[in-house]
Amino acid sequence: MKKTHRGHPLWFSYALHRASGLGLAVFLPFHFYILSMALTQPERLDYFLHFAENPLVKVAEFGLVFGLAIHMFGGLRVLAMEWLPWSDNQKTLAAAALAVSFLISVTFFLKAI
Amino acid sequence: MSDSVKLMDVAIWRGDATGGAYEHFEVPAQESQTILDVVSWIQQNQDANLTYRYACRVGMCGSCAMMVNGTPRWTCRTHVKKVLDGNKLTVAPLRNLPVIKDLATDMDPFFDKWVEAEGVHHPSKTRDDAIELIDPKSSARVEANTGIECINCSICYAACDTVAGNTDYLGPAALQRSWTLYNDARDADKQGILDAVSGTGGCHNCHSQGSCAVHCPNDLNPMKAIAGLKRATAMSFLKNGR
Ligand code: SF4
Ligand code: SF4
Ligand code: FES
Repeated sequence: MKKTHRGHPLWFSYALHRASGLGLAVFLPFHFYILSMALTQPERLDYFLHFAENPLVKVAEFGLVFGLAIHMFGGLRVLAMEWLPWSDNQKTLAAAALAVSFLISVTFFLKAI
Repeated sequence: MSDSVKLMDVAIWRGDATGGAYEHFEVPAQESQTILDVVSWIQQNQDANLTYRYACRVGMCGSCAMMVNGTPRWTCRTHVKKVLDGNKLTVAPLRNLPVIKDLATDMDPFFDKWVEAEGVHHPSKTRDDAIELIDPKSSARVEANTGIECINCSICYAACDTVAGNTDYLGPAALQRSWTLYNDARDADKQGILDAVSGTGGCHNCHSQGSCAVHCPNDLNPMKAIAGLKRATAMSFLKNGR
């Protein structure tokens, strides 16, 4: 990739935060809609629950858990940066948020399969 | 010139506010050559009409900043060796500012925002008062000191994607200046500073991407200063409602 003014860890962490946030914003309405079927159309919910056993869906769920985790830990880093006294190790903290999110989502994936 | 001299392929942006395009030049490579040397060589040997700006040539004045291979840099302090991409160099006017001609940008919007951000000293004393004693170890002074080496070069401003997306955004350098004055015991209008930096173009626009800190050639950290302003403006809002 050609190096531009953007090629550095905190910009990457910003982009990941945006992308995961958008992803979750798109996902959550569907999620709640399908959950609401427990009250309105239980048979259709069963169909979706069955569909969720599909291995491809498991992979997608891994992405979902990763997105949730990185959005949460990345968001906590930004909150801490803006509200707590300044700390110079932002790159390390961003890397830690990424590592923890990866750990959580891989653990989830291994349990799911 | 002997045949053994290596020629670099240098693309220079030519044009003005209405548009332009890259023009290629072949420039002989030399030992210890800076980007500014390359641009000057072209202007002296190939096209006397090439317009660009510099003054000190030693990283003091902040007037020679340009985009070099897509990254904002002081051209006088950037060695060709460090940035040469194969055999290619691309030099363009600084991003996020209107172009006057070729490599020279109009820096007025950048400077105007310093004033807009109340980045001007608000005196607390007159010339007849005794000079205020400043404790160099006080935490506010230590914080203020971290921002005072700024030379207004606009590199951080060119690196900032938030400036690119919002023309009203005051930008990293101006906000860092406000933060420096906010921490200066001699400044008499701290609330005025907070009011100036909490409007629509203010510090809360910053997405903390930190490109300003990565690219500032003086190793300053405007992102840190902006985080400080975010805290100070929020505290002021919670305490005083503004
Ligand atoms: S903060 Fe750094 S990059 Fe920005 S204007 Fe000042 S010296 Fe230049
Ligand atoms: S940290 Fe803020 S001011 Fe600095 S480049 Fe990013 S958005 Fe701009
Ligand atoms: S010419 Fe003065 S900083 Fe480069």
